[in-house]
Amino acid sequence: MTLQDEQKINADLLRPLRSTSVWFFLLVAFLGTILLCGAGAWFYQMSNGLAVAGIRWPIFWAFYITNFVFWIGISHAGTLISAILRLVNATWRRPVTRCAEVITVFALMIGAMFPIIHLGRPWLFFYLIPYPSERHIWPNVRSPLSWDFFAISTYLTGSTLFLILPIIPDFALMRDQMTGWRRRIYGVLALGWQGTTKQWHRLEAAMQIMAIAIVPVAISVHTIVSFDFSMSPVPMWHSTVFGPYFVVGAIFSGIAGLIIAMAVLRKTLHLEAYLHPLHFQNLGKLLLLMSLLWGYFTFAERITTWYGNQPAEMAVFWETQTGSYAPLFWTMVFCNFLIPFPILAIRKLRTITGCVIASSTIVVGMWLERFLIIVPSLGTKNLPYSWSSYRPQPVEIMITIATFAAMVLLYTLFTKAVPIISIWELKVGGHVQPQLTAEGETEEEHHALWRTRP
Amino acid sequence: MKAIYGLYPDPDSAQHAVDELRKGGVPDRSITVISSQPYEEYQFSHRYKQTWLFWIAAGGGVAGLAAGLTLAYITETSWPLVTGGMPIVAWWPNIIIMFELTMLGAILATVVSLFVTTGLPTKDSKVYDPEVSQGKILVAVEEPADDALVERTLKASGIEEVKRV
Repeated sequence: MTLQDEQKINADLLRPLRSTSVWFFLLVAFLGTILLCGAGAWFYQMSNGLAVAGIRWPIFWAFYITNFVFWIGISHAGTLISAILRLVNATWRRPVTRCAEVITVFALMIGAMFPIIHLGRPWLFFYLIPYPSERHIWPNVRSPLSWDFFAISTYLTGSTLFLILPIIPDFALMRDQMTGWRRRIYGVLALGWQGTTKQWHRLEAAMQIMAIAIVPVAISVHTIVSFDFSMSPVPMWHSTVFGPYFVVGAIFSGIAGLIIAMAVLRKTLHLEAYLHPLHFQNLGKLLLLMSLLWGYFTFAERITTWYGNQPAEMAVFWETQTGSYAPLFWTMVFCNFLIPFPILAIRKLRTITGCVIASSTIVVGMWLERFLIIVPSLGTKNLPYSWSSYRPQPVEIMITIATFAAMVLLYTLFTKAVPIISIWELKVGGHVQPQLTAEGETEEEHHALWRTRP
Repeated sequence: MKAIYGLYPDPDSAQHAVDELRKGGVPDRSITVISSQPYEEYQFSHRYKQTWLFWIAAGGGVAGLAAGLTLAYITETSWPLVTGGMPIVAWWPNIIIMFELTMLGAILATVVSLFVTTGLPTKDSKVYDPEVSQGKILVAVEEPADDALVERTLKASGIEEVKRV
């Protein structure tokens, strides 16, 4: 890579930070307005109590917990995928990792808000923190809700650090490239980074360790979210398959979210030279695999219930297959499997547009999946006298819409402050890679041997 | 601090400069190489390859495990209420708390060690040139014993100018 190439990369990736169009301000104003409406709805709920939401006995978990599970799932796009690609040294990951890691941090922040919103009295949130105190509060570390607290805070801490550490060298680059107040701010954020060989070594070693640590944490997070359900003797919740089913669903929706984000960034920030069709192709293949796994788990879960033929479970089963939730269930199947499968399986259709279409349906399908796990089971519990239905109220709908706006807003603001593609990692990708040949073996000899080796 | 440095357009010439400095008797500890990206494939970047970071992370994990165990045990025995027929100290759920705090300990130990060993954050003025961010590679000799020799050696690797701080 020549100096001119490096300077072009600097210029291309710092361009969105240097110039701001009027569309940016309009978008921020629009999203900010939606966010304010959501905040207003939340304040209205706090003032008038949870009765203004559609939550009624026996369905005490509905939209808010659906959103909680959905956003925690979306968060699996980033750090987990980035960590796995880092560990297997997939060179194509370089332009993708930061786009993905940012999704994780913001999605976790949004997801973690929902149990607090769901509390009704969010100022009592600290009751959830299980530390021994003199206030006679009983912290129950045997409760899955406490496990959530530990898992989500660990994942959020790890993901935030995993995102920030490789940004430090880019902050140093911006410190040198920017002028005025930006130079001063980036100078502080760069923490005095020089780029000595020792600093690079330590950073790469730290990223390697973080990648190793973050993969099991990410898997544990969604397993523990699934434990919120599977630890209860509620029909169709009390299942051993729930842990891996949730993890697969999380990675599935996470990759879909990542593909949509990458396509939007590619178009709006003119990153065509960096986010290639190949990246979408590769992520599309991963999405196809997850779609198949999702179909497999859904089938395994359904057939086990159907074959067991327990009356309480069959009531929920038929409610979702042919009852009042059937339209949502079959929409979910179409969105998660029947539409994306052919698009992603046929190579000609696995274009950027194809991947975005498949991803969009998957995001919708996975939100429905979360809803269908929670609400029908609570509305059709063991005793028929307690059966009920659920209708979301405007407050819940507004807060849900606002969280999507919050995600887009946070992402938009981030892209104005930090290059969305890691500049130094991209440059490393341009280095000449060592040949995978045995010592003293030329490349030709190596290929010849591969042809003859069994 | 006194230093003499040169800015090289590519890693090959930087490597040549480092080799020549070594041949000229400049000790490794006086040579600093600064770049805007890591060059793992070049010998000049191998000096700090040995690291205790993995062991420190493991130590952080053990500390986290101990913290998780202690927190769960103290909490359960301080409020000894039976829930769901579980024992007061219930190991199955405690494993979850212990696992999460183990990983948190490892992550935090890694990050703290990274900052400590690389001397970040710092406000001290060190050898640096903003041209590094344009892709140049800085090779510096700190506290040189023989200024003329260092200057000559740095220039011999394909640059016309050396700088001093």
